[in-house]
Amino acid sequence: MTSLPPAAAQTGKKLGLVIDLDTCVGCQACAVSCKEWNTSGYSAPLTDEKPYGDEPMGVWLNRIHSYETGEEDQSRVVHFPRSCLHCEEPACVTVCPTGASYKRAEDGIVLVNPDTCIGCKLCSWACPYGAREYDYDHGVMKKCTLCVDRIYNDNLLEEDRVPACVKACPTSARHFGDLGDPESDVSKLVADRGGYDLMPEMGYKPVNQYLPPRPRRDGASAQPVPVAAKTQEVDASGTTSLDRLFAWVDHKLTR
Amino acid sequence: MHPAYSVIIFTTSSGAGYGLLALLACLILSGQPVPENPFVTITLGLALALISVGLLSSTFHLGRPERAWRAFSQWRTSWLSREGVLAVVTFVPAGLLFLGSLVFEVSGFLWTLAWLATLVLAIATVACTAMIYASLKTIRQWHSPWVVPVYLVLAAASGAVLLVALLHLFGGQNATIGFAASATLAAGLLIKLGYWHSIDHAKKTHTIGAATGLGGKGPVRQVASPHSGENFIMKEMGYKVARRHAAKLRRLALLFGFVVPAAAIALGTVSGALIGTILSLGAVVVCAIGLSMERWLFFAEAQHVVSLYYGAEAA
Repeated sequence: MTSLPPAAAQTGKKLGLVIDLDTCVGCQACAVSCKEWNTSGYSAPLTDEKPYGDEPMGVWLNRIHSYETGEEDQSRVVHFPRSCLHCEEPACVTVCPTGASYKRAEDGIVLVNPDTCIGCKLCSWACPYGAREYDYDHGVMKKCTLCVDRIYNDNLLEEDRVPACVKACPTSARHFGDLGDPESDVSKLVADRGGYDLMPEMGYKPVNQYLPPRPRRDGASAQPVPVAAKTQEVDASGTTSLDRLFAWVDHKLTR
Repeated sequence: MHPAYSVIIFTTSSGAGYGLLALLACLILSGQPVPENPFVTITLGLALALISVGLLSSTFHLGRPERAWRAFSQWRTSWLSREGVLAVVTFVPAGLLFLGSLVFEVSGFLWTLAWLATLVLAIATVACTAMIYASLKTIRQWHSPWVVPVYLVLAAASGAVLLVALLHLFGGQNATIGFAASATLAAGLLIKLGYWHSIDHAKKTHTIGAATGLGGKGPVRQVASPHSGENFIMKEMGYKVARRHAAKLRRLALLFGFVVPAAAIALGTVSGALIGTILSLGAVVVCAIGLSMERWLFFAEAQHVVSLYYGAEAA
């Protein structure tokens, strides 16, 4: 049913991700781990077309952009993972003509039923975040499942019951939890760090939150960087005695 | 947005079909004299055929066309589903009229009700088609109060061109209908000019800064794309048409879609039967070319906000 779950049926639980743009290093580990898990999980397969050709193309549920922002001493490169935000009021769900795109009442996860999706692609048009990727081969829409087949999976160790992207992140830039519970670790982190919504003006109330890069320390408050001791004498022309020795050897040998 | 041929054919062909249905219903309900049957049967048949071609074409846009029947279920929230339901429901009165017209003269109270239902359902179906696009907040050029009137007037204009040609073929041409058709085409031209003026001058409200949340510290620029090749998002949503190219196509769409057919029909109204018929048939062909261009542009000129993540500054 593509009507959103009625308020009475909702548990108040809003599972989602918190992504720390301060610590993300853009290593793509989350994207690769996502692809690896999900190509054989709920959304299987995540088809690749011409994976070894000049123009490889395929379905990925998590994409990592890099942006440059700020000016002069505050300028920086920010790595920016982009995936489904599991919105509270997702238009991708309400536009679906078949009921294949739905939001779960029990935990707020937005899913596509691959058995009833007709591949009309309207949900991807309705999503401002580019979270949905159509599988041209399978003929249905694919999206982040928040690893619904991991987080409730009793066959996994308890510490592994988190989305694959969270498990893979080497800098702990990705956090998973219940953003509907103000006492949860993720909610506290968002409150602490000033987490924000992407494109709030769209009104879809994304559950996933992004933590802004911390401001750079200015020159005055920064600790002076210790300068390594010089090991070679450098003359006015910028060459060392060792350089001059090699130059002399080279000169003698080539004569 | 990627201009898929299946969707261009769907919206133009079914639009013309519903326009023709609605105008035929108007003609009959208003008590205007119409040619002897088989005029009504053939007009209804042509309208239903155009609608069927359109609907069939729309299923080619689907990844899983065999599941298309599922699209009738979510009319509570989805404009696409509503459009599907109304498209099928319209076949009930229009189909009955078509079958009835093979045997009886379709006049009398019950048939009048059927004509009325056909008229209302045809208008509602086209409005739903337009709302599929107009309801999307992600695409500024579509999320516009102009879109529903554009679809309705263009459906009426293309229906009018067809109706005039059929009237000529069956010897029932009359000056009032000819000039009314030309006036509808003129309305189509004006409404497209209004729509284009509105999308060209509307402020781009979404920025790369808001999309990433990084805008507080000055300009944001993408320095690395997530992927070296294309992906679905870029193929489907990243389609761009050069401004100069679009300007040329707009002029051609106006010329072929409205100016030439309106002139041909007006001229045909005041000339002899044979020349009038030839001109009205020519108007059908030229108008079809023009409206296909118009519909291609409707998609190609639409910019999706997801382009912000791929480096567009504003959308």
